[in-house]
Amino acid sequence: MQRRYRIVKALFIGWLAITAGSFAQAADQPKAGSTADHSKFKELQQEFQSGPEVTKACLACHTEAAKQIMHTEHWKWEYLNPKTDQKLGKIHVINNFCTSSQSNLKACASCHIGYAAMTDKGVKDDETLVDCLACHDTTGAYSKPSGLGGMVYAKDIEMPPGSGKIIKGLNLQKMAQKVGKTSRKTCGSCHFNGGGGDGVKHGDLDSSLEDPDKKLDVHMDAEGLNFTCATCHKTDGHNVPGSRYAPTAVDKEGVMIRGKEKDRNPATCQSCHGQKPHKEKNAAKLNNHTNKLACQTCHVPAFARGEIPTKMFWDWSTAGKRGADGKPLVVKDENGHAIYMGIKGDFKYGENVKPDYVWFNGDVNYTLRDAKVDKAQQPIYINKFLGSPNDGRSRIWPVKTFRGKQPFDAEYKILTVNHLAGADDTAYWTNLDWEKAIESGMKAAGLPFSGKIDFIETISQWPITHMVAPKDQAVACNECHTKGGRLEGIPGVYLPGRDHIEWLDNAVKVLALLTLLGVLGHGLLRIFSSKKH
Amino acid sequence: MSEKIYIFKRFERFWHWAQAGLIIFLMVTGFEIHGLYSNFGFERAVNLHTIAAWSLVGLWVFAIFWHFTTGEWKQYIPTTKNVMAMANYYLFGIFRNAPHPHRQTQLSKHNPLQRLAYLFILVIVGPLIWVTGWLYLFYDQWPAWGLDGKLSLDVVALGHLIGAYMMLLFLIAHVYLTTTGATPLSHIKAMITGWEEVH
Repeated sequence: MQRRYRIVKALFIGWLAITAGSFAQAADQPKAGSTADHSKFKELQQEFQSGPEVTKACLACHTEAAKQIMHTEHWKWEYLNPKTDQKLGKIHVINNFCTSSQSNLKACASCHIGYAAMTDKGVKDDETLVDCLACHDTTGAYSKPSGLGGMVYAKDIEMPPGSGKIIKGLNLQKMAQKVGKTSRKTCGSCHFNGGGGDGVKHGDLDSSLEDPDKKLDVHMDAEGLNFTCATCHKTDGHNVPGSRYAPTAVDKEGVMIRGKEKDRNPATCQSCHGQKPHKEKNAAKLNNHTNKLACQTCHVPAFARGEIPTKMFWDWSTAGKRGADGKPLVVKDENGHAIYMGIKGDFKYGENVKPDYVWFNGDVNYTLRDAKVDKAQQPIYINKFLGSPNDGRSRIWPVKTFRGKQPFDAEYKILTVNHLAGADDTAYWTNLDWEKAIESGMKAAGLPFSGKIDFIETISQWPITHMVAPKDQAVACNECHTKGGRLEGIPGVYLPGRDHIEWLDNAVKVLALLTLLGVLGHGLLRIFSSKKH
Repeated sequence: MSEKIYIFKRFERFWHWAQAGLIIFLMVTGFEIHGLYSNFGFERAVNLHTIAAWSLVGLWVFAIFWHFTTGEWKQYIPTTKNVMAMANYYLFGIFRNAPHPHRQTQLSKHNPLQRLAYLFILVIVGPLIWVTGWLYLFYDQWPAWGLDGKLSLDVVALGHLIGAYMMLLFLIAHVYLTTTGATPLSHIKAMITGWEEVH
């Protein structure tokens, strides 16, 4: 008995060793289809100490990569909207999450694809500061800690110095030898965490998309189509198409053919599905909805569907409370999500949120740093989606409406740039002092500050386009074709089931009743008179 | 002793009842689509409405063909003769047991008021419903037909609805008037068996 047990045990351990070994081996192999095994490159067989050293090695072969990157919005955080002449991009806009990247770049730069390249004056023009690993790491271990301005090191670093907080060094050599295509994880490491945490900003982009099932995203289903971000955001010369600053609200073209239509956004539904996407029963009826509706309106029934809540409301005006320990107060809900933070104020979250719907033609108007805001007109739209049923180029789109309350200069009537993060004494997150924080932030932005601070309600709108559900979970007809349905507030379109001419319906009801009474009376009279005869 | 004559031929009877069933079903589903109540759910109501509408189109194709090949279309030629007498009969005579002013024959199945009413349904209500219904159904073809911008769904839907409402009012009166034959059920019997008991 004892012996048999030992044999089984030995066999089991042997099996474990073999399978584990083969897994490890598989992980060491370059990805199938790749023509290069980066671990064999001499340039990458060195002890890298910092990010720029890795980049230098990359550029030895990929000579144009950094130049390409440096022409993109991704690098510049800047976009000039030719229609509105507004200078946009993260470096310019104010939002109602952490309000402004400017003056907070040390923290924000942990996402920017540059090694301490972002400054309050712009982006440094240095190719070695391009962060190749941010997008091309395949080990999953790459991350850029906040506070280092976007830098990474091979050795452990104490940050801030003297604090005793150690930031672990990265195995940059291993990462450099295993570079590969971008993945949901690499894109997501920044884009899932917009607004300061997983799922916070977008609601349709969070870490549940790293390994989603079909129900969550029909295209990204890891067991199915397994799309990466770049499958749709088909990148050309490192330029990632599909910017939120100039979205394609309506795509009237057919399916994209390789080699054609270089200037077109490949990240639209139509670029793969064409103009008549429905084939099965009811196809004609469904296809003719496309002249009024964006695909997403039916096919993204809700956002934050991956069990990660998204922020729906953020009130900065309540920030500043400290707990009994003198540290900024933190209050959490039953799921462990902070609903109050002394450094940020009150939050509200949402899961499985039904989007709001607006007419959208692709034009977005931003309330920029120099725009006057009037408290009498709050809530102020941080960014307003423009469109109308009559301009011939709008569709009804699902959006996340994010509400906030944030500081503004009560005298100059402009939204403030708030210095939140940093090791210095003026950062709000260090000492909870608005006056210092705003004075410092406005100075960094080169804007005047009166010293009079008030809070104003703001709204930002986010297009909902990811987390595409399988067709059987698309928004059903009766969810809009009814009174009080999803499209209740949408003007300029006749919606059977919602739209009535009330007086006409009532008039006919009365008329039908009168006719009925008339014929019944006539009948009664006949019965009555026939008895008399 | 009353006399019986064969008024409604087999196809005519089939046409009538099939049409009656389809029209009532179209009203039931149509009023749900319009949002007056909820039963099938919007999507199913639309699908059933569409199927019923195409069935009715098919039925009408046969009926029109039948009317022209048999010459029965002449039954709908309007006449002003006896219209007043008929109105007079429904308003007064019927209560006094006065004789019916119209004598039904195979060549003249409908009394003058019926002729006018059915003609109105055929020429006004029917086409209104058909045209608006088709436009509604082929909404996605409007640009191809050059109708984009010239027509709006509100107007088409309103026309379709008004047609349906007129049909509803007609239906109430029509059902009641079936009871005004020689006996209360004689008209209905005639529409089932073909044989009408005449006054």
